[in-house]
Amino acid sequence: MSGTWHANSWLSGAGRVASLRGGRGTASCTDDQRPLRVATALTEPLLLGRALTVELGPAHDRTSVITGLDFSLAAGRTLGVVGESGCGKSMTALAIMGLAPSPHRIGGVLRFAGQDLLTMPQDRRRQLRGADMAMIFQEPMTALNPVVPVGVQIAEMLIVHDNASETAAWRGAVALLDRGGIADPARRARAYPDELSGGMRQRVMIAMAIACKPRLLIADEPTTALDVSVQAQILDLLLELQRDTGMAMVFISHNLGVVSAVADDIMVMYAGRALETGPAQRVLTAPAHPYTAGLIATLPDIGRRQKILPVIEGSPVNPRNRPPGCAFAPRCPRVIAECRTGLPAMVMVSPGQEAACIRCAA
Amino acid sequence: MTEASVSVWQLRWRRLARDRVALGALSVLVLLYGLCFSAAWIEVWLDVTGVDTDLMSRFDPIDARHWLGSDEAGRDEFTRILRGGQISLSIGLFAAIGSSFVGTVIGATAGYFRGRVDMVLMRFTDFMLAMPALPVLIILAAIDLTKLGFSQDFVRSGAAGYWRIVLIVTLLGWTTVARLVRAATLSLVEREFVLAARAQGASSLRILWVHVLPNAVTPIIVATTLRMGSVILTESALSFLGVGIQPPSTSWGSMLTNAQELMASNPLLAVYPGAAILMAVIAINFVGDGLQSAFDPRADPH
Repeated sequence: MSGTWHANSWLSGAGRVASLRGGRGTASCTDDQRPLRVATALTEPLLLGRALTVELGPAHDRTSVITGLDFSLAAGRTLGVVGESGCGKSMTALAIMGLAPSPHRIGGVLRFAGQDLLTMPQDRRRQLRGADMAMIFQEPMTALNPVVPVGVQIAEMLIVHDNASETAAWRGAVALLDRGGIADPARRARAYPDELSGGMRQRVMIAMAIACKPRLLIADEPTTALDVSVQAQILDLLLELQRDTGMAMVFISHNLGVVSAVADDIMVMYAGRALETGPAQRVLTAPAHPYTAGLIATLPDIGRRQKILPVIEGSPVNPRNRPPGCAFAPRCPRVIAECRTGLPAMVMVSPGQEAACIRCAA
Repeated sequence: MTEASVSVWQLRWRRLARDRVALGALSVLVLLYGLCFSAAWIEVWLDVTGVDTDLMSRFDPIDARHWLGSDEAGRDEFTRILRGGQISLSIGLFAAIGSSFVGTVIGATAGYFRGRVDMVLMRFTDFMLAMPALPVLIILAAIDLTKLGFSQDFVRSGAAGYWRIVLIVTLLGWTTVARLVRAATLSLVEREFVLAARAQGASSLRILWVHVLPNAVTPIIVATTLRMGSVILTESALSFLGVGIQPPSTSWGSMLTNAQELMASNPLLAVYPGAAILMAVIAINFVGDGLQSAFDPRADPH
């Protein structure tokens, strides 16, 4: 099995080099790899994480921020990652991108398109970024370089990854802005980021992220900083782009409502671990883990005035002193004595749906 | 217009071209350089000399030939100012740009790579800063260049003294820029757009060149323009100590130093080079301001 993976990784690596050298001056950097994508899709999912752990800090003082994460994502599908601030959502994204802050140690398995990301040379990993896997950040205000016009920033992508000429890259950038739903793209391309609204900046970020037709798009809270009406437009845009390009998406949000609109599968994270995974429909309508149920209960109902908004009591644990047993136990309404001693394993609660809760296992 | 590709340098140039004050200052500078470097022709035209002494016509008053009179050795003051400007302006330009370049490379490297690289480079910077400038200048200026393999002719020519000063001032002047650029880089690499650039597959060099340095341009330009003024003055100190530009060559700085003794009898001889230095430094500062707002769209254009 691993032999096949190697062959694939070598082949797609060669395809990338060919497309980099080819320099046809268009935005289609990955067209010649399409047959290979089908081949890899048959053997394993596009993105695969097994027992993924991330530890930050120097060797003598490591803090584990992600522990034993399992996930897989096929082309054209969306994985929603949900959890409170500090639960490791963003760190998961950065680990996939290869951008976890140094010094760090990453363990387990992390594969992308049949290639082992963790053993891959840094240089090859860098070529993957932007071309095959792209990322959108939460804050469009700060994620764009303030002293470079947005069109030039998008054109950069095409010049770096596609070896496009400056003219072709500029045309490509204008076309991408148009694709991102920006009116009068030729004029907006010359604008500096602070001359654009938040929604437009996020569209620019998206245009930049899809410039090289990535196979995987990681969206880290892409709508959190935006108005609700703009949020919906951005979500629509992402879904439309996904339909058109068949890219896979990892969609990170603390907002279950937003995730439910885009995700096929959901992974609920708490203190660096997955507490529940499964098809979005199942997880949202029949949550098995008390934490998931609590998150859903905190969603306010539109049109119903509530005297007291439901909350999950307490606050998330500090990753430096996690309690033994289930990390959620101190806040769990259904806690029993066993919760505080043994670490619950993932158990299947319905087809495709798993939860890490002793109460589910019993 | 809208179809043409636009590079960030074109946009920066256009922003600069719209800035009237910067353009005005730039034309003043160009004019000054042009005048200074055509001193030889102006001498022929006016039939005067800014180089040879003529003890029969010391302290001549202003007239049609001697636009600014003549100095204590009977040299025409106006063309002597121009000849001094050749040295001062070009030393100022080369040494300021040189030290900014060295300082930017060292500061950006230290700030971007941090850790040990930062430690080594910054301790080296501290070492350079801690060295007393003047003794070092004198020692460096006393190095026998023939022992370093330069020809006798070169060493005796004025060019050797000139480049020696450029080199010395550059070597001792980069530390401020290095510290400023390091500080700017340290804070810029923490910004999200640098992380976003890495997520787009940008290499370290590209991140530095496209994302860090254009955002750090303000301290670089401020330091460079300030440096140009102080380089002109450092050169005069060196010349005063006899290790800089030697007669018959001159510079604004050494003219100013010469005029010190004549302050009571002939104060105008100090005013002329002083005014020339002032004009050049102010013009350079305005151009620096213009460059700064050309680079940073958030800066107010005048």
